[in-house]
Amino acid sequence: MRFVLRGREPRWLAAAAAGLAVVATLALTAGPIRLAGAAPVSAFERYVVSPLSTGNGIAEVLLAATPLLFTGLAVAIAFRVGYYNIGAEGQFLVGAMATTAVALALPDLPAAAALPLGLVGGALGGVAWAFLPAFLRRRAGIDEVVTTLLLNPVAVLLLQGMLNGPWRNPDTGFPDSATFGVGYRLPELFGSRVHAGLLVGLVLVAVTAVVMSATPLGVRLRAAGQSPAAAEFSGVPVGLLQWRSALVSGGLAGLGGASQVLGVQHQLTGSLAAGYGYTGVVVATLGGLSAVGVLAVALLLGDVQVGAQGASIALQLPSQMGGVLTSVLLLTVVAALSVRHYRLVRRTPRSPRPVEG
Amino acid sequence: MAAARSGDVSSLRAAPLVELRGITKRFGSLLANDAIDLSVDAGQVLALLGENGAGKSTLTRILYGLSRADAGEIRIAGKPVTMTSPADALAAGIGMVTQEFTLVGPMTVTENLMLAGSPLGRVDRKAARARVLAASERLGVPVDPDAVVERLSVGERQRVEILKALLGDCRLLVLDEPTAVLVPADVDLLFASIRRLTAEGMAVVFISHKLHEVVDLADRIGVLRRGRLVADLPAEGLDPVAIAALMVGAAGPADADLPDDVVDEALATAVGLDGAAPSTQAGPVDQGRPAALQVTGLSLAGDPRPRLDDVSLTVRAGEIVGVAGVSGNGQTELVAALCGTTPVTTGTVRVGDAEVTGLDVAARLRAGLGRLTEDRRGSVVLGMSVEQNLVLEDLDRFRTGPFLSRRRVRAHAEALIERFDIRAAPGDPIRSLSGGNMQKVLLARALERDPTVLVASQPTRGLDVGACQYVYAQLRALRDAGSGVLLVSEDLDELIGIADRIVVLSGGRLVGEVAAADATREALGVLMTGSREHAA
Repeated sequence: MRFVLRGREPRWLAAAAAGLAVVATLALTAGPIRLAGAAPVSAFERYVVSPLSTGNGIAEVLLAATPLLFTGLAVAIAFRVGYYNIGAEGQFLVGAMATTAVALALPDLPAAAALPLGLVGGALGGVAWAFLPAFLRRRAGIDEVVTTLLLNPVAVLLLQGMLNGPWRNPDTGFPDSATFGVGYRLPELFGSRVHAGLLVGLVLVAVTAVVMSATPLGVRLRAAGQSPAAAEFSGVPVGLLQWRSALVSGGLAGLGGASQVLGVQHQLTGSLAAGYGYTGVVVATLGGLSAVGVLAVALLLGDVQVGAQGASIALQLPSQMGGVLTSVLLLTVVAALSVRHYRLVRRTPRSPRPVEG
Repeated sequence: MAAARSGDVSSLRAAPLVELRGITKRFGSLLANDAIDLSVDAGQVLALLGENGAGKSTLTRILYGLSRADAGEIRIAGKPVTMTSPADALAAGIGMVTQEFTLVGPMTVTENLMLAGSPLGRVDRKAARARVLAASERLGVPVDPDAVVERLSVGERQRVEILKALLGDCRLLVLDEPTAVLVPADVDLLFASIRRLTAEGMAVVFISHKLHEVVDLADRIGVLRRGRLVADLPAEGLDPVAIAALMVGAAGPADADLPDDVVDEALATAVGLDGAAPSTQAGPVDQGRPAALQVTGLSLAGDPRPRLDDVSLTVRAGEIVGVAGVSGNGQTELVAALCGTTPVTTGTVRVGDAEVTGLDVAARLRAGLGRLTEDRRGSVVLGMSVEQNLVLEDLDRFRTGPFLSRRRVRAHAEALIERFDIRAAPGDPIRSLSGGNMQKVLLARALERDPTVLVASQPTRGLDVGACQYVYAQLRALRDAGSGVLLVSEDLDELIGIADRIVVLSGGRLVGEVAAADATREALGVLMTGSREHAA
């Protein structure tokens, strides 16, 4: 048996590969779950099915998926053009901080002014954090993987510094910012904790999907990402597209940060540095860098995240087991996707005709 | 004509050095090789001929272990062998030089050969260097073991590739279109090398599209058509016309899907072949015609010498200007500078009335520049479909509101596929196309915009007779329609045949200009290899 490069890929293959990855994930995580003292089947049910069985559970899943939509889209857009932005984490946090700065500076604005201002502020914060690596890449050819990644801890430290310094809560003295004014609350949906940030995210998914698949820009972005030299030859300004996508990517991540503080926390806290940006890389990769893929994976990860909380209560499984599940899923999917280009064949049969001496 | 044939009767009785039996390879619905039986004896040169997509490359890839046959077997000295990788092939004494070179650019010749040859362990640079010198001795062509590969010309790189193939215990050397990249002088050197090697008892399998070469060099000729071996003959007594007829299959009615005009053209050339050129009927171009392309004082700094040095030339409307030169004398740089992929140090470039010197690729395209470069696979986005590549330069034209109209893209692609006889469906991945078909896609993309001037670099490199004629016909039609063409080529027959004027690049400078009507290979050769002081 051996692998042979496929000439062309059948349509069913991507789906089959994803299915195979899921099965492999279940098989691989059953062991650790068993070791942690729970029955794998009921654990999987807790992780995936239970959150979706109640209205409240679904709302929690949507809530958990919301920030991942933003960071996943941010990463997917950058990766598509061949700009490897690993800095969505930092851009997300700086976006949230920029929103906080607006909210603390102008606490009494009415919602009609406060929300747009807060969201735009967050997006600009993300853009600002994405600017330097993008600029260095464009002007000096410095690898953005390193620079965007290294700016993440800088953003975390900046967040902690602000919370322990100028933004320390004046009422409690805790390292949280003051609660935002009432104008800075994104409206809640369905009478649950789900907030309008989800709608913003969904609109962005739709816009991205349309731009990517149905406009000249989408084709250019794809060409730039797949073969930069050939795209450049065909008049596609690759460097310019990467530069712009890098900033748009930062803006989306920053908008995610804004949505999180305006929709969920209503104040800036240290708990915001929870790895949404890093998870965004997972979301984008698992989602095949497509907007619809990002939506699907964000919902799946949200589901598992909520399920993991349930499982830790009901089955005494450590809540990290949810992370184990999603991480294994990432590995199996990436493996399955790479195998997709190959087919397995038996050894080539010998010459069918008898060989005459 | 055919030179000394090895008529060694005793070797006919023994098992051939390498024998292919019933080799069959299928790619999806395409039967690339259909039960091919071929053999080659020690000391023999076997030429494989066939149009693009006839299955020559597939067959040699199988022979070299790069891909595996679905059925059939390979025997070496009578013993069946299984080859799953080039390492197996090398171990079996088969070396190959593919069309795409596999050298590491920033490394020296010696280092590249060390990479290829040596197993892990201590690196003995001195010994490796000595082996390079010895191998180049065997080839009869000097190769500088310390030269950095990326500074070498294509011809020199090919020599390094051949050295690489020879390093092991090579008994059969496979050369996939070795002359496509060479200037005439280098071709002579290569043939001399091949004769030296076969005199030592090595066998050579040689793919070429240039029929007169084949007649010069080969002992036997195998002709492939659509995956089948349609002829396997001694080269003795064959003439290019007969071979061309076999290749395009003009004699048989089985090729209904090959358009008649292509066949006719191929035959027409074949008749005039014998090293002779496609004819040109254009007289001297009226100097009063507007310039389609005007290059003034173009320079490109380089180390140690400028890569382009004060190049000035004008291509008028309705004129084909050829650029001759030994490869590596500034042609690639000139094309890159004109296409806008390399910024120039000084000088100006005008397309029609517009100065495009500082403009990006898209603006140059809008100004009326068309391009056809030597790097076909680098000119298309391999991950995309034929139709997407066809419209990539001009996406905005196919917009309905903000959206790309799939329907119009499809219609446009279908029209071009029809008009340029591209053998592919619009949705096919472009990476699945053969070289000739890919060139047709690029030609379609460039010509469809009615360029003011077309810069074509090695447009027929690696193409078969039919496809070459096709390209010539398109270039002539473009000229006759009033566009200018700058044709950069290392094939002097091609230049003399199709260009109106020929300028010669040497060491990054223009060293001479001749009217094609007066040009001879010898005169051009003197200029190309030429001493600058003789030049204008």
